[in-house]
Amino acid sequence: MFDYETLRLIWWALLGILLIGFAVMDGFDLGTAALLPFVARTDGERRVAINTVGPVWEGNQVWFILGGGAIFAAWPPLYAAAFSGFYLAMFLVLLALIMRPVGFKFRGKVKDARWRSFWDWSLCIGGIVPSLVFGVAFGNLYEGVPFGFDADLRFHSTISLFSLLNPFALLVGLVSLSMILLHGAAWLNYKASAAVADRARTAMVYAAIAFAVLFVASGLWLTQMPGAHITSVTDPNGPSNPLLKTVAFVPGGWFANYDLHRVFWIAPWGAVGAALLALFLRKRPLAAFLTSALVPVCTIATAGLALFPFLLTSSSAPDMSLTVWDASSSKLTLGIMLGAVAIFLPIIIAYTGFVYRVLRGRVSEESIAGDSGGHY
Amino acid sequence: MDIVELSRLQFAITALYHFLFVPLTIGLSVLLGIMETVYVMTGRPIWRDLVKFWGALFGINFAMGVATGITMEFQFGTNWAYYSHYVGDVFGAPLAIEGLMAFFLEATFVGLFFFGWDKLSKVGHLVVTWLLAIGTNFSALWILIANGWMQFPVGARFNADTMRMEVTDFMAVMFNPVAQAKFVHTVSAGYVTGSMFVLAISAYYLLRGRHSALAKRSMTVAASFGLASALSVVVLGDESGYTAGHNQKMKIAAIEAMWHTEPAPASFTVFGVPDVAGRKTDFAIEVPWVLGLIATRSVDTPVPGIDELVEMAKTRIRSGMIAYDALDKLHKDRGNAQLRATLDAHVADLGYALLLKRSRPDVQNASDAEIEAAANNTIPNVPVLFWSFRVMVAVGFWLIALFALSFYLSARRKLDSYRPYLWAVLFSLPLPWVAIELGWIVAEYGRQPWAVEGVLPTFLGVSSTDASNVLLSLLGFIVFYSALLVVDVFLLAKYIRLGPEAALGRTAKEEAA
Repeated sequence: MFDYETLRLIWWALLGILLIGFAVMDGFDLGTAALLPFVARTDGERRVAINTVGPVWEGNQVWFILGGGAIFAAWPPLYAAAFSGFYLAMFLVLLALIMRPVGFKFRGKVKDARWRSFWDWSLCIGGIVPSLVFGVAFGNLYEGVPFGFDADLRFHSTISLFSLLNPFALLVGLVSLSMILLHGAAWLNYKASAAVADRARTAMVYAAIAFAVLFVASGLWLTQMPGAHITSVTDPNGPSNPLLKTVAFVPGGWFANYDLHRVFWIAPWGAVGAALLALFLRKRPLAAFLTSALVPVCTIATAGLALFPFLLTSSSAPDMSLTVWDASSSKLTLGIMLGAVAIFLPIIIAYTGFVYRVLRGRVSEESIAGDSGGHY
Repeated sequence: MDIVELSRLQFAITALYHFLFVPLTIGLSVLLGIMETVYVMTGRPIWRDLVKFWGALFGINFAMGVATGITMEFQFGTNWAYYSHYVGDVFGAPLAIEGLMAFFLEATFVGLFFFGWDKLSKVGHLVVTWLLAIGTNFSALWILIANGWMQFPVGARFNADTMRMEVTDFMAVMFNPVAQAKFVHTVSAGYVTGSMFVLAISAYYLLRGRHSALAKRSMTVAASFGLASALSVVVLGDESGYTAGHNQKMKIAAIEAMWHTEPAPASFTVFGVPDVAGRKTDFAIEVPWVLGLIATRSVDTPVPGIDELVEMAKTRIRSGMIAYDALDKLHKDRGNAQLRATLDAHVADLGYALLLKRSRPDVQNASDAEIEAAANNTIPNVPVLFWSFRVMVAVGFWLIALFALSFYLSARRKLDSYRPYLWAVLFSLPLPWVAIELGWIVAEYGRQPWAVEGVLPTFLGVSSTDASNVLLSLLGFIVFYSALLVVDVFLLAKYIRLGPEAALGRTAKEEAA
């Protein structure tokens, strides 16, 4: 039906859509967890905050699992390189994400202040660490990380956890964190009862301004960084073998796509605009939440459009960087997976919508009081 | 320990740990569906209480299953990068479809299962519970399709341009007979685990004389569902044996500690002491015909022994060396049609040549001694497989007997009449987990030295990260998982001790008022 080039483009877009799905859906409950000890002070308030995401965070986290599975299926070289290259960073994220299911489930099971406080902080750290680390990982894609392949296409790298924590990457990490905090605060503002919602509204102000400033700062910094550029003839229908091209880092390289298609500028302007608009709409909670959902959409689009066609850039062997044209699955697998996504993604969105409809309405201390069975 | 051993240890520990929770989730989800169906059909509130009580325990277990499952999804990339590159085109798809089709369903509706009691109609909530159960079971299906491909890699071909296996026939991957047999065997084992969990905790209540109405109803459901499932595990475990015999002859020979090919039909060794150095089994008690029947479904096909299989491996290694030589030359001369033809002719044995990578990178130049060593390395750990299999099967038969007795007693309405029976049930609680973990060992440790049977040796599949990183994560997982296990068991025990009222909370109070 589609040729290999089109399938690869579709899967590049789907990769972005799945990351956006993760940032929008799991983003608000990561943000809620990260804000938990700060916007909710008493046990009752914390239960309110937790129960705003209680019934839905589990489904939201599947966006992350699915993102991982889709990268494995559609971009196996990227899955192999990124996850083994960022080994300790991934390990940190895993530990943080493991704390979430058990934190949500175990917290309410024992009536003891220290027990509950321990899980509150576990949930908080479990929200902050992934938000920060994913941003840091993205930041490293622009400078490139040291890796290469041998003739068997075995991935070798000298990436260390400390080399990942360079200033630019940390800045991008903070962009990501402020984005998630804004989204989480907007959710609590929409969904939690008075006291928690009030503090969340204040948090929205700080998070939105921080995001706008940090986002613009990282963009300006990026103009000063050399960007990767394919210097050989590429065959978008060629085999997925990253050893068959040449790549150079050129000044302003990460803005080449924006120079070529000026319409792409909608994405970065949209990210800043949506953050500020969410801030102004904060007295209208649903509108503010939906607007804050546009921030991850535009931010990830901004990052992806700058990188295209690169998926993972190598600083030590730029020629071996992974691109959309040489790091995908076979044409058949991409086609099968596209069929699976076309069938199941609409179904997922339909039943997720149904669940949110059933659970509509604010969560208050009264609405969860006494019910030790259902609520956390 | 080198990176291969560390990575294997980490994978085994995290997988065995994950596998403590998953079968119980699978079994309980269906039991919850059955109990809630009875509630909706009869309208009697005690059945809703049953669902809520077992649901609370289900929830604690479910959280642990999800938490430890995240590790599994990403561990292929972090620790098995070359594996991910080499087979991701085939292996990644079922994992991704698992997320799309099953885990999303399961995880989205698990929230509504707990939070939706007051927000949905009776039938609406029943549908949610069944969607949760269906999601859980489909999850197992796709994971086992992925795993089945590692045991029996059908529907894929090596591509020299991309240096990896690629899908040629996805239907063959999906309807892989090994995957189908494993699916039925594994979910049945999950149902047995769920049933045993319900049965044993109910027996505890009857022994204590508490909650007997709830306990007896629970036992009635668990006994009949457990009996059917336990029979299915053994019957379809046999099916696994058959398919393993078809394409994993070495695994079945090792399970049997069968060093030399026997004349058909082969006998089954019920007991014996495998002597690895002497390549013989001492004190063997054999039942004639049984193995031949299980493994070949005939009385005239011989089951090959380990020695003969090692000889066959040598032949395949030599053929694979020709393939590897052609592949190596192709790297420098990509257009050469003759080299491609040579590769195609021997590509089925390429994996066997890769076994030599342990001793040298240029495997086409391997010596006879190296070939001999590599062929001997295709023998898995015989005593471990031999004993794991026998203990697993013994547990299986014990559980069939126990469920049959429970079924009989429940039909006669005498579940609470015999205290020794109740004690026997309570003390059998850990047995399904023993059998399940041993089953994993038979299936996956028995697959060694292969990550993908005949295609990719395990030692080649690892990432090229620092061994110190893996050591750090391994220790981290051990500490972290041990702590979580303590908390998990503490909470389960607490909620079991508190009994149904604690789980029912407000509902019970309302009914009293």
